[in-house]
Amino acid sequence: MAASTGKSFVNRFGVHIAVLIFVVIWTIPTLGILVSSLRDKDQIIASGWWNSFSSSSQTEAGRLPPASAQTQKDGKYVIEGNVFGDGAKRAISAFGTKAAAPTQYKAGTAADLGDGVSLQVNGDGSFVLASPKAFEGDRGQRVYYASSAPPKFTTDNYDAVLFSEGIGRSFMNSLTVTIPSTIIPILIAAFAAYALAWMRFPGRALLIAVIIGLLVVPLQMSLIPLLKLYNGVGTFFGVPSKTYLGIWLAHTGFGLPFAIYLLRSYIAGLPREIMESARIDGASDFEIFVKIVLPLSFPVLASFAIFQFLWVWNDLLVAMVFLGTAPDQIVLTAKLNALLGSRGGNWEILTTSAFITIIVPLIVFFSLQRYFVRGLLAGSVKGG
Amino acid sequence: MAAQIFSAIFVIIIGVGGCVAYFWGANKLLDLVFPSRGVSGSAAVDNLRRQGLVRPWLFVGPAMIILTIYLIYPVIETLRLSFLDRGGEHFVGLANYQWALGDHDFRNSIFNNILWLAVVPAACTFLGLIIAVLTDKIWWGTIAKSLIFLPLAISFVGASVIWKFIYEYRGEGQVQIGLLNAIIQYFGGQPQVWISLPFWNNFFLMIILIWIQTGFAMVILSSALRGIPEETLEAAVIDGANPFQIFWKIMVPQIWGTIAVVWTTITILVLKVFDIVLTMTNGQWNSQVLANLMFDWMFRGGGDFGRGATIAIIIMIAVIPIMVWNIRQANKETGGH
Repeated sequence: MAASTGKSFVNRFGVHIAVLIFVVIWTIPTLGILVSSLRDKDQIIASGWWNSFSSSSQTEAGRLPPASAQTQKDGKYVIEGNVFGDGAKRAISAFGTKAAAPTQYKAGTAADLGDGVSLQVNGDGSFVLASPKAFEGDRGQRVYYASSAPPKFTTDNYDAVLFSEGIGRSFMNSLTVTIPSTIIPILIAAFAAYALAWMRFPGRALLIAVIIGLLVVPLQMSLIPLLKLYNGVGTFFGVPSKTYLGIWLAHTGFGLPFAIYLLRSYIAGLPREIMESARIDGASDFEIFVKIVLPLSFPVLASFAIFQFLWVWNDLLVAMVFLGTAPDQIVLTAKLNALLGSRGGNWEILTTSAFITIIVPLIVFFSLQRYFVRGLLAGSVKGG
Repeated sequence: MAAQIFSAIFVIIIGVGGCVAYFWGANKLLDLVFPSRGVSGSAAVDNLRRQGLVRPWLFVGPAMIILTIYLIYPVIETLRLSFLDRGGEHFVGLANYQWALGDHDFRNSIFNNILWLAVVPAACTFLGLIIAVLTDKIWWGTIAKSLIFLPLAISFVGASVIWKFIYEYRGEGQVQIGLLNAIIQYFGGQPQVWISLPFWNNFFLMIILIWIQTGFAMVILSSALRGIPEETLEAAVIDGANPFQIFWKIMVPQIWGTIAVVWTTITILVLKVFDIVLTMTNGQWNSQVLANLMFDWMFRGGGDFGRGATIAIIIMIAVIPIMVWNIRQANKETGGH
């Protein structure tokens, strides 16, 4: 289309750069949580995830032992030890004795602190403080050092989140909600779509108009009456009002207008000759539908299934209204929302949970993108 | 959990089996009641006609029942509830609407919703159009498009976590692990708690929705751009139009209808936006929107159905113009069929 424009090298180069910038901006956020979810949880807070492949370095401060720890060696007073004490050792790249210059000296070199006092801190944290005169006072020498930890990647976060934070259970709950909610509307919608496309009956035009109108009715309009209805039914039959059956039916209801609309516009576009020749051969509408229309409609059925699957999997509102928050019912999105409240600062948990919630949609999306795009185009371009 | 999986599988079988049984059984029954085969000619014609009268309703029946329970009845009931008190028992006239007009949160929500409506559809459409045009020109455009399209598959909650991580704030002087504050600090700026800055935090929430929806706009507009006849573009080039003139004067006017569709689709989505606000701020720091306020009133202090319903009606009123326009468009298109 645009082969004739922008022929100059600079122009083409500019287009590549511009698209690259857009792609980077659009993928960086997701990349951030993927990388973070695989990092060690101490490193997540020590450095930004974009630094995760280099050793994370941080400046720390400590105090050497006081004068009481000194020993005499070769006529000098010496304090020896390790700046990390008995704790975990990290690599030290530089050290210093003033807050203003915490990395003044390289690790492994001796620093001259004046009056013949020297301090050497080695890469492994061991230090030697030596002086010709005895040390005094009960406060040890202040020391600053830059320590670095090698990049550490782990799947520990996934273990923790899946099994002890309840995300694994929620994953099953989400599947439990999503699969029936995707399959049940398809058949119901397909029959209705066929009738609206190929059968003549009074009120058909009105019905189509109603369905197109219902396409845009905000979900919010349905919530309160249905909540009341469910509570009423629950009380009447003495059963809980928040059940999987309830949410399956709710998702079926909310998905039907789009399903009927999408399927109808496709089925209406099937060639008339096929239907008519089948009818002449004595096939009834039911036979035509089952033997001809359904098989031919496979692409659009797949499109709708993907839409509905993604919609239900990603839904938070319906799940929060029609399902409980106990472990046996809470779905991934609601669980993630709850974790945001209770584990607000624990990014290793949040990023990992978020990645688990988006992994299924991403797989569905990448493997079935063709059908997804087709559905988008059919659903919005034709009449909106 | 095993019971849960079992019951899910059971429901799939019952649900699908039930549907098949209904459609097949109802159809068989119809054939039995009004037989068209094995009866005399005139009776067969009569019965075929009767079958033709009944069968469409067998096909659309289940869908109509479900739509009535889950959408049509609730719309009417919500309208009724908006004139009742919190428990839905006593008629209070327009009291809920009067309350809404004077309520600080409600006014704040209206203001923010208007802000969202002004920014998000425009930004998505504009960015989507630019990316669609640019990616059409390069060999790796399809890959670029998939990557930009990808956030569309991510839930609003997931996207909120992703962006909350980007907006993460640490005290000044500390290592910033949020990308935005890290960049700001790198250039010598002051790190901010972005989502609690009144007014501006709206824009930080909008970015999330724009990030998700630009891919949608891009795909639809890209396919519309492909439909533009080559000749008009070639003619423009021959006449010496530069790329910007071609874009604004040749391409955009030809896909105006599609732009309108994308715009209205995102507009409806914006009116219903709930998850992002709930998870990012829950309406604090003046970032409330109608859908979240409605959810809040549904459950606040045991739930105030009257006020919740009133807010839902306000959202519905905003959608009605688009609804009418959609129906008229569809009627125009399907008029012949």
